[in-house]
Amino acid sequence: MADQGSGIVELITPLDQQVVRSLRAGQRVAISGRIYTARDASHRRLLDALDRGGRLPFDLEGALIYYVGPTPARPGRPIGAAGPTTSSRMDPFTPRLIALGLRATMGKGYRSMDVRQALMQFGAVHLAAVGGAGAYLSQFICQAEQIAYEDLGPEAIFCLIVRGFPAFVAYDSHGGSIYVKDTE
Amino acid sequence: MARAVSYNCIVEAVERLCIEAAHRLRPDVLAALEAALRRESNPRALEILAILLENARIASSQMVPLCQDTGLAVVFVDMGTEVLVSAPADRPGSTILDAIQDGVRLGYQRGLLRKSVVADPLYDRRNTGTNTPAIIHLTVMPGDKVKISLMAKGTGCENKSQFKVFNPTVQTSQIVEWIVSAASAAGADACPPLIVGVGIGGDMEQCCLMAKKALLRPLDQPNSDPRYADLEQQLLTLINDTGLGPQGMGGDTTALAVLVEAGPCHIASLPVAVNIECHSHRHASCTI
Repeated sequence: MADQGSGIVELITPLDQQVVRSLRAGQRVAISGRIYTARDASHRRLLDALDRGGRLPFDLEGALIYYVGPTPARPGRPIGAAGPTTSSRMDPFTPRLIALGLRATMGKGYRSMDVRQALMQFGAVHLAAVGGAGAYLSQFICQAEQIAYEDLGPEAIFCLIVRGFPAFVAYDSHGGSIYVKDTE
Repeated sequence: MARAVSYNCIVEAVERLCIEAAHRLRPDVLAALEAALRRESNPRALEILAILLENARIASSQMVPLCQDTGLAVVFVDMGTEVLVSAPADRPGSTILDAIQDGVRLGYQRGLLRKSVVADPLYDRRNTGTNTPAIIHLTVMPGDKVKISLMAKGTGCENKSQFKVFNPTVQTSQIVEWIVSAASAAGADACPPLIVGVGIGGDMEQCCLMAKKALLRPLDQPNSDPRYADLEQQLLTLINDTGLGPQGMGGDTTALAVLVEAGPCHIASLPVAVNIECHSHRHASCTI
């Protein structure tokens, strides 16, 4: 992590817990490295896999999950539009994943009290990318590869390689929030 | 005498509208975002509004959809009574409704748009893979033209829409308060700055339809009834006064516009619907 005078905090995945603990709600971050996509249906499958004692398709330790279902890529491009979806729909699944090592989630909008408690307890962070900026955000994605649940179409899990992907710290690990009015 | 419009002409028009709506914001929506950028005082809100305008530029110049949620296609058709759309030889019995579904299927496939429709809400949430069926609202009008308006409605915002039936003796201020609280409750999840469609009157489905149809109106065109135009301004001011701002992260721009449509209703009833639309208001129309 290096604050280069721009006020933007560089984050490299997999994320270090100390670095994540140092983040504060409202900060601008730029993410580089591997991140994983998952949304509603794929979360259900991840949790079903855990219930059955099975392996997850990626290592949760220090990982960042981005809530996105991209549009198909145009030829010659790694991905189509790829902005965040509403985070709160993943609330029921998130605390368990955080307890298992997931260090960051990224989406748009509010999180439940349970998720915010888990961020504090385990030293994780929730980031917000600008919702409805799918074309703009796609520029920061260098590579995209489907790694699981291909049958779910746009809801499949992709491994993305991102460089300088812009986001805000929405909920930090100290109870801070970027939002003017939280839902709870 | 009826004017013949070919089935394929409808299919091609709808295909084009799907692709246009997904990549190009309407000029009045762009103008509203630019006006917000000039007015806004919150630094983070300014940064977000600038990103949204940059997003629109990239989407139209590089043909990347504005938003990855390319929506459920909601198609409003005003069909001239003198228009005849005949079934093609290989599709006997098919109608303009089938032509619209074919157009949506082709538009989402060829336009590389996301397919976001599941076959059944409860027991078979299998993606249909075509973004069909689209939602179609068909009405008739005099003349020999067909007007097609296609809205690609994202679900982050649609999920936050609300409906409530008031007592007919309610104070207007209570309705205003409820509409503002509906927009405020939509908050960050619905991707503000919002465009708020409001239906007042009718019955349940008519009221909800008016709220959605209100979104077809240009943002800079107030309701033609000055009383409702005033109501729109009052609601817009109150919603912006919440301070939620772009993405709910603070600022002066929580909504770009409030559009109200009203219609007659039963003596015992006063239905109000709020259809929440995000800043990425994807709508395109054509007349054939």
